[in-house]
Amino acid sequence: MRKVNHRGWFFVLPVLILVAFNALVPMMTVVNYSVQETFGDNVFFWQGLDWFQQILRSDRFHAALGRQFLFTGMILAIEVPLGVIIALAMPRQGFWVPVCLVTMALPMLIPWNVVGAMWNIFTLPDIGLLGYFLNHTLGINYDMTQDPVAAWATIIVMDVWHWTSLVVLLCYAGLVSIPDAYYQAAKIDGASNWSVFRYIQLPKMKQVLTIAVLLRFMDSFNIYTEPFVLTGGGPGNSTTLLSIDLVKIALGQFDLGPAAAMSLIYFAITLLVSWLFYTLMTRNDIR
Amino acid sequence: MALDLQAVTKRVGQITYIKPTSLMLEPGRFNVLLGETGSGKSSLIKLMAGLDRVASGRIVMDGQDVTGMSPQKRNISLVHQFFVNYPQMTVFDNIASPLRVAGMARSEIQGRVEAAADVLQLRPMLKRRPHELSGGQQQRTALARAIAKESTAVFLDEPLANLDYKLREELRDQLPELFAGRGAVVVYATSEPAEALMLGGWTALMSDGQVTQFGPTAEIYRNPNTLTSAKVFSDPPINSAAVVKQGTTARLAGGAEWTLTGKAADLADGSYTVAIRPNYVSPLRLAEGHVAMTGKVLVTELSGSESSAHFAMGDGAWVSLAAGVHPYRVGEDHAFFMDPNRCFYFAPDGALVA
Repeated sequence: MRKVNHRGWFFVLPVLILVAFNALVPMMTVVNYSVQETFGDNVFFWQGLDWFQQILRSDRFHAALGRQFLFTGMILAIEVPLGVIIALAMPRQGFWVPVCLVTMALPMLIPWNVVGAMWNIFTLPDIGLLGYFLNHTLGINYDMTQDPVAAWATIIVMDVWHWTSLVVLLCYAGLVSIPDAYYQAAKIDGASNWSVFRYIQLPKMKQVLTIAVLLRFMDSFNIYTEPFVLTGGGPGNSTTLLSIDLVKIALGQFDLGPAAAMSLIYFAITLLVSWLFYTLMTRNDIR
Repeated sequence: MALDLQAVTKRVGQITYIKPTSLMLEPGRFNVLLGETGSGKSSLIKLMAGLDRVASGRIVMDGQDVTGMSPQKRNISLVHQFFVNYPQMTVFDNIASPLRVAGMARSEIQGRVEAAADVLQLRPMLKRRPHELSGGQQQRTALARAIAKESTAVFLDEPLANLDYKLREELRDQLPELFAGRGAVVVYATSEPAEALMLGGWTALMSDGQVTQFGPTAEIYRNPNTLTSAKVFSDPPINSAAVVKQGTTARLAGGAEWTLTGKAADLADGSYTVAIRPNYVSPLRLAEGHVAMTGKVLVTELSGSESSAHFAMGDGAWVSLAAGVHPYRVGEDHAFFMDPNRCFYFAPDGALVA
């Protein structure tokens, strides 16, 4: 007869409780809202998948989703190569290493809403340092509260400033872990700088780079605070990204059902893209 | 095609890594650099390969001064302790990579790579990636790259250190044969005296950033020129102790004494250092005239065919290595016998005198 150690469950219990309260319970609440209609007083009416259909067919959702993909695509296209380039240019040893690392880490330490507020003031046309400089010194007509292009440029630059460091630090960690022996072998072969990058540094950075892209994808796809503080989704709806739109529906219009359905769709997209990307990147790996 | 080091040195800031070192390495020979970790083997190899710049001195390869030349132009190969291969390339591409950089014709690359792969039994693995290979196969890929390149000089920096015991033995047996008849200067760095003896060829002993002795391996094993050389080329470590010579009598601090013969008998009276390899110190009196000594056994090790005992005598630590199994008792006194004809005598400055 096999003896079962029931006391083992007690060791798993804390994790179960934590996960339940951290993820499962809030998630189920959202699921609950997404299939019902409520007018308050804790009275619910069954709606089935109506909210999901409504969201998936709504032009407003399509527009916000399009803006979201455009934003995330631009962020990745700029931050990943830029991060790799900066990591490659950073010194590997000596006095400047800690200086570079701390300088790089600084933007990431600033709270998100502070970043938004900082850039808001920084870019105001008449009193902001950058806004004033562009408008009054260079004579460029720049006002991100009026011009959608300026608004987009500002949120992109702000995110690049805030988060490129993450890519840099991850890539740098990957780079310094490459043994000197590889560089020596390349030197003896007479390999060009490009070959060293292509055949030694890039493959050795692949794993950290995968993580960096995933993190940047998820963070930029779910971004809320910074653009909310900076532009509030405007001018018009030009910078209304998915999360900003979601909050408008949920808290502005108090349409809890559609908002819950949209949350689940939003979550599913994030999950699907992350899973696809990770699977594609690691499909040839043995380990 | 010889590689000639002329008083090369290597310094970084205030630290000296290589003291003035001269070596004449002939092609077709298997040269071993033997020294402890930190003795400067890798530093010297980096100088020879051109990966580091010499602080002073000249390096002449094949009659041409290559002192300031980049490693790429020196036509050399380096095989590391780590298995260094391009992770994204197949074994074939890895072996071919230096040839491609050199701009060789496709058909010739194919021929050279396949020939090298045959020698190292890598034919079935040519299409695989390094991470799909065992450690031994990865290191063979690195060796194949060196062979396919047909370098003037091949540097092997402890290439077997990260392989397991069986593979190491197998590859070590193949190595000298692998490079024989290729006309390249081969330099093999190792920290194991036994490995140098097994590889044969010539050995340069390194200690503290200097080559202390260079010559045919067996010869320098038999005739160390200094106490340092004797220590480098002995495993377990060679026994050494202060000895006082008076007339034809030598007396150890521990009390043992014996009669000197031959060259040692002609030395001036005074203090010397005597050194004897552990295998000439036995727990059995193997011959008349072997010198009896008593020591307190500290540690014993048994390998099946040999037993070694570390014992304290006087204020020195000694090692005995003898065939067979011997009943030592740790902590108790035991008699040992040393062969006085196998003793080396060194002057106070470390030079061999008899």
